[in-house]
Formats: sequence, structure tokens, C-alpha cells
Amino acid sequence: MAVNDNRAEGLPCSTACHVRARIVTVEEENYRTRTFTTDLHWPHARPGQFAMVWLPGVNERPLSLLSHTPVRFTVAAVGPFTRALHHLQPGDALWVRGPYGRGFPITGRYMVMVAGGYGVAPLHFLAQEARQTGCHITVIVGARTRRDVLFVERFTALGVPLLITTDDGSYGRRGTVADALADVIRGSHPVDAVYACGPAPMLEAVNRLCKAARVPAYLSWEGIMRCGMGICGTCARGAWLVCRDGPVAYPEDDSSTSINAGGIASASHTSRLPR
Amino acid sequence: MNTPDLQVTFCGKLFRNPLVLASGILGTQPELLARVAVAGAGAVTTKSLSPHPRAGHPNPSVLKWGPGFINAVGLQNPGVEAGVRLLEETRRLLEAQAPEVHLIASIFAETVEGFARVAERLTAARPDFIEVNVSCPNVAHELGRPFAADPEDAAAVTRAVKNATDLPVIVKLSPNVTDIAVVAQAVEAAGADAIAAINTVAGMVIDVRARRPVLANEEGGLSGPAIKPIAVHAIYEIYRKVSVPILGIGGVTCGEDAIELMMAGATLVGVGSAAYWHGPEMMGILAGQMRAFLRAEGIARVCEVIGAAHRTEEAW
Ligand SMILES: Cc1cc2nc3c(=O)[nH]c(=O)nc-3n(C[C@H](O)[C@H](O)[C@H](O)COP(=O)(O)OP(=O)(O)OC[C@H]3O[C@@H](n4cnc5c(N)ncnc54)[C@H](O)[C@@H]3O)c2cc1C
Ligand SMILES: Cc1cc2nc3c(=O)[nH]c(=O)nc-3n(C[C@H](O)[C@H](O)[C@H](O)COP(=O)(O)O)c2cc1C
Ligand code: FES
Repeated sequence: MAVNDNRAEGLPCSTACHVRARIVTVEEENYRTRTFTTDLHWPHARPGQFAMVWLPGVNERPLSLLSHTPVRFTVAAVGPFTRALHHLQPGDALWVRGPYGRGFPITGRYMVMVAGGYGVAPLHFLAQEARQTGCHITVIVGARTRRDVLFVERFTALGVPLLITTDDGSYGRRGTVADALADVIRGSHPVDAVYACGPAPMLEAVNRLCKAARVPAYLSWEGIMRCGMGICGTCARGAWLVCRDGPVAYPEDDSSTSINAGGIASASHTSRLPR
Repeated sequence: MNTPDLQVTFCGKLFRNPLVLASGILGTQPELLARVAVAGAGAVTTKSLSPHPRAGHPNPSVLKWGPGFINAVGLQNPGVEAGVRLLEETRRLLEAQAPEVHLIASIFAETVEGFARVAERLTAARPDFIEVNVSCPNVAHELGRPFAADPEDAAAVTRAVKNATDLPVIVKLSPNVTDIAVVAQAVEAAGADAIAAINTVAGMVIDVRARRPVLANEEGGLSGPAIKPIAVHAIYEIYRKVSVPILGIGGVTCGEDAIELMMAGATLVGVGSAAYWHGPEMMGILAGQMRAFLRAEGIARVCEVIGAAHRTEEAW
């Protein structure tokens, strides 16, 4: 807790930009992915929201929340920042600000969640919350090969049906998450909404499928971030701010920018995105 | 009373309202500039464009701090050639969606000649104004003190840019000087058509638990409500000393803040950090608040408040 904090006396209080959190546990998810549990509680944070995480002397980067109480992150070591994070042990500190962005809404009776890579984290958070509202959920987790597959135990422990796909068929079904999703959408239960987080080509495939099948899709996109709060414009995909309007694009966003085509928009229209 | 009139004239051009998107805020993409324009701006400004692409400083680079923000983006931009395309595309979108909104091209360079080169190149894309950023506080490690720190240097850049373009030139000044009005006088004498003030206020935030400056660049520039009195004071002093119009910038988050900067002497009001609270649609919100203020005060036209705080007792 804050030391020497004036808050109780109604005086001006600490203006620190970040909150320091401590790592409580570190769990191995696969050969390059770990889950970090912190001592931080953000009870108001929603699935799909993210934090800006600062490692002093290294960098500050966006990470999705795996849960809010306590705040947990699941991180793939892909570069300098994420590798430095992987060196942290219980008791070590990291600095966070947030939560930022617009997360996933919980809508409908039957939700299908499609995850690639670290996308399992925000979707596990969503599945956990959605289950409490009594929704039916199917989760599809995709990966290149067996050793990349994430969160099988975590989703199984939640008790939700889980479909696994790998490109080479070394685990679960051979093929992509889009193939599996197509089958689910064609199945006997009408799907009310699809939620996806993962690499851009995966999101684009999911989007195409959902559009064709007229199923609303909620897609969590990435962008290069500085402020994380809608000031600098660094994360923009056309008129759409990944950090503030997203990271989750709602079905109604899609026609107003070319966000789902990626990169700079075709620009034939300016979006007035619903907040 | 009728709806108060927000129109102002600046350098001979009519603005539907005084609100201008400040440089470096949401100015990265044509579609985003158009979104801010359509939502009610009088003008929009691009991110400062330099002769060559700049990657900017590493993160942390833009942070919320107490009653404001601190940033050291380090003038990240795609460079002048991509800048031409950015301006052309923005112009095309504005013509289709908000033709009355003016487009300001902000420029930055390491040398006087560099400023002239960028100004000349961007003039081909026909923005309505060139804004000369001689005042960025967070590239000093790399580039030494900004041109705006010295009246002579600022005047030299102004002259060079004026010679390089036929567009009206706004020179954006730094508050990080002893007397900003002296710099304003120097750039006015050098031919500036207007003055913008202020850029961010040099500052630093240290995280006491990390025991180091939070910005990767260590020092940075403050913006937002924290700097509004500094902006008001700077505008007030400049207004007393120069006759060219002023684009006042700094700490505006509501319509009354905009009126305050105008009463200090601003004809136009730049808005940046307020996007944090109001989002990209902020200009329509602020314009509505300005109208509400004018209506409540029985003021028919916003241009009546320009410099109003300088009145002598008998003037009202
Ligand atoms: C909203 C959002 C949520 C994310 N959530 C997670 C998560 O929960 N777990 C996880 O492992 N990863 C997550 N990421 C991705 C993570 O931020 C990047 O993997 C990380 O920035 C890589 O940094 P690095 O220094 O390790 O690698 P680098 O070598 O610097 O970069 C590797 C890749 O990361 C991306 N990247 C680089 N700079 C930035 C930046 N400033 N902002 C955003 N992305 C950048 C680029 O695509 C780059 O190719 C998320 C990204 C976003 C935008
Ligand atoms: C993230 C950020 C980036 C900025 N980049 C630029 C820039 O490229 N060129 C410039 O002239 N001013 C830049 N500024 C300064 C603003 O244009 C403005 O002068 C300053 O933020 C004060 O206004 P505000 O309090 O309304 O934000 C930047 C400010 C911020 C917060
Ligand atoms: S990261 Fe700054 S606007 Fe999104």
C-alpha cells in the first residue's frame, strides 16, 4: 500500500504514473509462454482490456489481462521486453498502468471463442466471466504444432468444450481454427456471437467466416502502442484507435474502417465508432 | 438569444470555430485527422514532419501524470515524402467530409536548411498553413536546445521557411524560455504570419519506487491541465507585444478553458491532451460548451472575447 499518501487527509496525493506490483507466482504454460500472477487487484477490469507494463530500463509494452483479482498476465517470450519479463521471479517487481481499452461484451446464449497464441488469455478471462452468466461456450484453440498449444488444462478446468487444431495435426484436429469454427457455425446450435484474439491472419479468416454466416464477431486486434489511452495516434488502424476504440472491434465497427483489412484504411469514409 | 457565432478569421481565412487539433495528437493517419475534423474541429494539424523518417524514443514515452501528461515521443514521423502523401490523402478526405476544416502541416528539422526543405516539399501538397515546430523539448539530448530557445535562431528558421513557401506560416514557440514575448517579437519581425504558443513544458517525473525517471528519454514535455496557467500567461504576454494573430495551446479540456485562452489573446485554440477525456470526437463537445458559455454570458460572437482580459476598466 502507498506510504506517505495524503489521500486520507484529502491533500494532493501521489502522482506516480505506474503502480508497482509484485510477482506472486510464475507458471510455465509452454516452452516460451509463462503466466505471471501479481499482487494487484483491479476489480473493475474487463476481459479484453489490457495494461501497459513497464520494466524499468527495458521497455513498456501492452499485455492483456488474464484475470482482474488478482491481475495475471500470460506472456510469450518473443523479443527483448517479453524475454526480460520471463526472467522475473516471485517477489520481483513490475510496473503497470491501466486497465485500458474496450473489452469483450457478453452477449447471447451461445458464445464461441477462438484463440491463437497469447489470445488464450483474454478469452479465458471472458469464458470465466461468461460462465457465471450461464452462457454456453465452445472454445477453439489453434497453434502451429503440439508444443505451441496453450491453456488446454485451464480451459478443461473451466469445464467448457474445447476444440484444438494444429497446422500439422500433431495435436487435435489438423487444420486451422477457421476450419473448426466453420464446423461449429454449421452445427446444430445457432451461434450468437464469436470472440477471437490471435494473429491478424487468423482474425481476418474468422471475420470472413462470421460475415458470410451473419454471426456477430468480436475481434481483438493488435497495434503498436505508446500512450495506450487515445492521445498519440500511434496505434491507429485508419480512423480506429486500437487502444481506445478497441482493442476489441465490434461487428458494427467493421464497415466504418478497414480495420479488418489491416493497415492503413481505404479511407473512403470516416468512422464514427460507437463507444 | 440566437446561437452564438463561433466563427473567427485567422490570417485572412475564415474558421467555423477556433478549435484546432494540436500537433502530435491523433495526427498520424488521414482517416484519424478526418475523424477529428468531422466531429467539429475548425482545423487539424499533422504530427510534426521531418526531412527523414524518425522512429522516436522507446517506451515509456507518453504517460498520464497527476493533472496532466508527460511525453517524449521524440518526433516519431514517417518523414517528408510520406508526409506529402499524408497531407494529400487528408486533404482529399476533408474535401469530401468536412470541406470547411483547415489543414495545418507541422514541420520539424534539425537545421535551418532542413526546415526550408520540408516546408518547400510539403507546400506542394497545399495544406492551408505551415506550422513550424521550433519548440520540441524532448529531443535536446540528441539535437541540443531547440531553436525557440533563442530569438535569433527562431527568427532564422522563420525567414528560411517564409522564403520556401507561399503558404501562411505559424511559428510554434516554447514556454521553456525566460521571456517568450521576446521570441515572439523576433519571429514576427522575421515574417511569421502567426504565432502558436505553447508547446509542452520541459519536465521530468521520477518513479520513487523504481528510483529513475519514468520516461525512457528521462526528460519530456508536460501537457494537459497542469500547464494551462503557463499557456494563458504566455499568450497574454505575447498578445501585448505582437500584432500577428495567436494560436493559443495548452491545457484546454473544456469550452471555458478555450474561452480563457482567447481572453488572454488567442484567436485560435489548440487542443491536444483533452482527447484523453473526450476521445477523438472532442471538438464538437468543446464547441458546444463554448456556445453554452457565450449564450449564458450574452455574448453574440466568440471573436468579441479575443484579448478581452486585456481590457482597461472603461472598455466594458
Ligand atoms: C492490446 C495488446 C495486448 C497484448 N497482450 C499480450 C499478452 O497478453 N501476452 C503477450 O505475450 N503479448 C501480448 N501482446 C503483444 C506484446 O505486446 C508484444 O509481444 C510485445 O510488445 C513484444 O515486445 P518485445 O520487446 O518482447 O519484442 P519485440 O521484438 O520488440 O516485438 C515483437 C513484436 O511485438 C510487437 N510490438 C513491438 N512494439 C510494440 C509496442 N510498442 N506495442 C505493441 N506491440 C508491439 C510487434 O508486432 C513486434 O513484431 C499484446 C499486444 C497488444 C497490442
Ligand atoms: C503525445 C504528444 C505529442 C506531441 N507531439 C508534438 C509534435 O509532434 N509537434 C508539436 O509541435 N507539438 C507536439 N506536442 C505538443 C502539443 O501540440 C501541444 O502544444 C501541447 O500538448 C499542449 O497542449 P495540450 O495541453 O492541449 O495537450 C505533442 C504533445 C503530446 C502530448
Ligand atoms: S497508443 Fe496512443 S493513441 Fe493508441
